[in-house]
Amino acid sequence: MAILTAVQRLCRDEKLPREKIVFVSGIGCSSRFPHYMNAYGFHGLHGRALPVAEGIKMARPDLNVFVNTGDGDCCSIGAGHWIHAIRYNMNMTVMLHDNQVYGLTKKQASPTSPIGLKSNTTPRGSYLDAMDPLNITLAGANVSFVAQAPDWIPELLYEIIALGFRHRGFSFIRILQRCPEFVPTMLDPWMQDPDNLRLLDHEDGIRLSPNLARTYRNQEAHDPANIDRARELASGNDGVPIGILYRNESVPCYEDVLKPDGLMPPEIVGGRLEAEFDKYTVKPAE
Amino acid sequence: MAENERRRPPSPSAQAAETLAEHVVEIVSDSGEGAQKCGQSFATIAARMGNGIWTVEIIPAEIQPPARSVAGASGNRVRLGSGPITNGGDAADLVVAFNEQVLLGRIAANELGPGCIVLLESKWEEDRDPAIVASYKKVRDELLEGGYRVCEIPMEAECLNHVADARRGKNMFVLGLLCRIYSMELGLALEQVALTFAKKGDAVIAPNQRLVEAGWEWAEANLDIRFQIPATPATETQLVMNGNTALGLGVMASGMQVCAMYPITPATSASHYLSDVFQAVGGVVHQAEDEIAACTFAIGASYAGKCAVTITSGPGYSLKQEGIGLAVMAEIPLVVINVQRGGPSTGQPTKAEQGDLLSACFGSHGDDPKVVLAVSDIEDCFYSVIAARKIAETFNTVVVLLSDASLATGQQPFRRPDFDTHWLAPPVDQSPIAGDAMPYDWDLQTGLAQRIVPGQPGGVHCLTGLAHDRSSHIVYDPEKNQEGMRSRSLKLASLQKTLKTPPVVGDQEGELLIVGWGGTKGAIQEAVERVRADGHRVGSMHLRFIQPMASGIKDAMQRFGKVMTIENNWCDSLDDEMIDEENRRYSSLALLLRARCLVDIDCWGETKGQPLRPGSIEQVIRAKLS
Ligand SMILES: Cc1ncc(C[n+]2csc(CCOP(=O)(O)OP(=O)(O)O)c2C)c(N)n1
Repeated sequence: MAILTAVQRLCRDEKLPREKIVFVSGIGCSSRFPHYMNAYGFHGLHGRALPVAEGIKMARPDLNVFVNTGDGDCCSIGAGHWIHAIRYNMNMTVMLHDNQVYGLTKKQASPTSPIGLKSNTTPRGSYLDAMDPLNITLAGANVSFVAQAPDWIPELLYEIIALGFRHRGFSFIRILQRCPEFVPTMLDPWMQDPDNLRLLDHEDGIRLSPNLARTYRNQEAHDPANIDRARELASGNDGVPIGILYRNESVPCYEDVLKPDGLMPPEIVGGRLEAEFDKYTVKPAE
Repeated sequence: MAENERRRPPSPSAQAAETLAEHVVEIVSDSGEGAQKCGQSFATIAARMGNGIWTVEIIPAEIQPPARSVAGASGNRVRLGSGPITNGGDAADLVVAFNEQVLLGRIAANELGPGCIVLLESKWEEDRDPAIVASYKKVRDELLEGGYRVCEIPMEAECLNHVADARRGKNMFVLGLLCRIYSMELGLALEQVALTFAKKGDAVIAPNQRLVEAGWEWAEANLDIRFQIPATPATETQLVMNGNTALGLGVMASGMQVCAMYPITPATSASHYLSDVFQAVGGVVHQAEDEIAACTFAIGASYAGKCAVTITSGPGYSLKQEGIGLAVMAEIPLVVINVQRGGPSTGQPTKAEQGDLLSACFGSHGDDPKVVLAVSDIEDCFYSVIAARKIAETFNTVVVLLSDASLATGQQPFRRPDFDTHWLAPPVDQSPIAGDAMPYDWDLQTGLAQRIVPGQPGGVHCLTGLAHDRSSHIVYDPEKNQEGMRSRSLKLASLQKTLKTPPVVGDQEGELLIVGWGGTKGAIQEAVERVRADGHRVGSMHLRFIQPMASGIKDAMQRFGKVMTIENNWCDSLDDEMIDEENRRYSSLALLLRARCLVDIDCWGETKGQPLRPGSIEQVIRAKLS
């Protein structure tokens, strides 16, 4: 599994102590990910990975938090949390394993399924146009990092995840991932014709290696600070964008804004409690 | 009037005060006219005099009801007495109403006791709108015919002698009236006004004090109603607050550091209070996007080593249940506070009910053994949160704490706690885990396992809500699933062994045992006392731990001829034509106790949105005894 390899390499390269890493997931095939990492993992409820990850980060900003989520998990049942997670902008790296289908429950249409996809719930083909996770994220309040990566170009996948990890804030990476079981050919058009992908290259983003530059000629020097162009790119009219679409380092992180005034020793807690008690004290009349 | 003259304390009234053991006083107005503040201040002054008090907030059904509407009554009920007061009592003995329409609301709710004294704002008699004049006169005359004593008081006109905006000052004028009627100390009343408006400064304090004095003087000159409720001065310092503030303080005192919530009545004010004070002691209040997120956020924080609490009511509790199951399965400590409100669905948001007991015990899917505790008074709100955090962390499980709407807003004095460092959670353990320790190394006897927290070297594992073995690996082996289930279940038995049998209050054996839980404790005990005074042999038992339940309860039941629960939730009445022993739906606790103790337990309940009255309970008990 390409994502696993990339993430394992990242943890090694960044010299992260395994006990300081937590992989959080919901339910779905992608959500098994934490089980394959030799680190702390939290494999919880369908759609609820993000709030769990937020709670972990709030309590323990010192931990490195990663989230692995699926297109159903994130964009359907967890959509409310997703929108708000963008807004909280907590420092974590979120990998949306988007295979455009519900895998674990054996092939139902997902919100990102392309129109016409035949599945168990859409035997006559999916009726609705696919939801676009990139544009939705780019429209979110406080959006700070949005990228897209393919699981079949390991070099780029690694670099994009690494940049997401190094970004301080909510890093949202949509990973185009094939589902070999149910829709193995879904991504074929993108995989087989390199011109269908639009690779983003920039000195503030990812510099394409000569090798990649030669293979993928549909390229663009895209400045990740340019959100308007990022939105246009996300629409896919110029090909499926691959790379860092948007990055803004100046958005404050929720865990920094809503910070407790230090961890206080019992004397201080006691002192504050006594002060609160004073407010409600009735002394008997003399 | 010269300044020094006005400040002169009024001369003692010639009228002798009638001595009473207790009285129930209500102050009702349109919302925004300050009857709530008046009631709270009056209660606090009474508490400072050394009287026992219990307050019940009167909340309008709508957020912004039109002025002068029956549904718009907003205010406070204060029951004050010589000894400790443990509930809101029966119907009111004296009501102050800012207009006759809000009074109609109270009459419709059967809140005026026989012979009740009504102090009524009289300005409506001269209103420009003839319809208002007619309605005012009609209500007044009907009250007089019904045997009530009505005192018409030109509240607004009197206030206008002192302030420009009478609508905002009437409540303090009334406070003065009440203090005179109940023979409070004027100095104490003025001091209380200064405390109430301390934040707003002298410019606000002075006119309000003047209004209190004006009310006092008016009562002195024009009213011959004088009561005295002798106080039993408290020997120790007391706190007066409502249950939600006590819950918030309990969270602070428990050493928890994260409170995740989503606003819902009547739980919200607890998190308002915490939002104000929590950060300073190292805590945060996270307002999540919904209850599901609030619960799972709290789970994340708890998993990471800081026990977290999530506070909610009715519909919010339903949404949290999937998360609660996860915390039980993954053995993450979590405190869930449910300030119950009337249900089902959005039900009666501001009204009192105890309808969530069974969903608290069994609400999530599958078998998810968790601890359920119910608080029974304001003091209990404070200490139970501390206990809940401790149990959650000792047993790595979920503790659901049930409060209710009547405790949320009701005020009662209790002994000021002495801070104890043992209340606080120990610091997060980050010491390395030795060798081959497993995250679910369930003890065969107790079901308990060590708690491994991220950051601990050597403890790395992947926690899962799926069935897992001792190493936290997902299992498909039926024996392994059985082992996990057994271990999680055993924890309740382990806790149960530490619980003390709840005491029986009143007779220790006899004709009838009443069993209750939650905020009805005071009313039940008072009703039992009234019946015992006639020579009946009745006892009551109040449960704090509902799940697990202490031992000895069945023994207690067997010492009585009959047993019944009294609850503020639904049960079918056997008097109904459709209802018989075969189809009767029992009250929640009755159902649990019948299953647990195999005793024939009757039940009585009411879902009128009001706290149970001792008088109603007394009637039920008498009927059961006859
Ligand atoms: C509340 C709830 N509803 C439904 C499910 C069933 N369920 C499990 S995984 C899943 C969909 C997974 O799809 P996706 O997130 O796209 O992940 P994939 O398996 O494709 O990686 C569903 C509907 C569940 N576990 N919980």
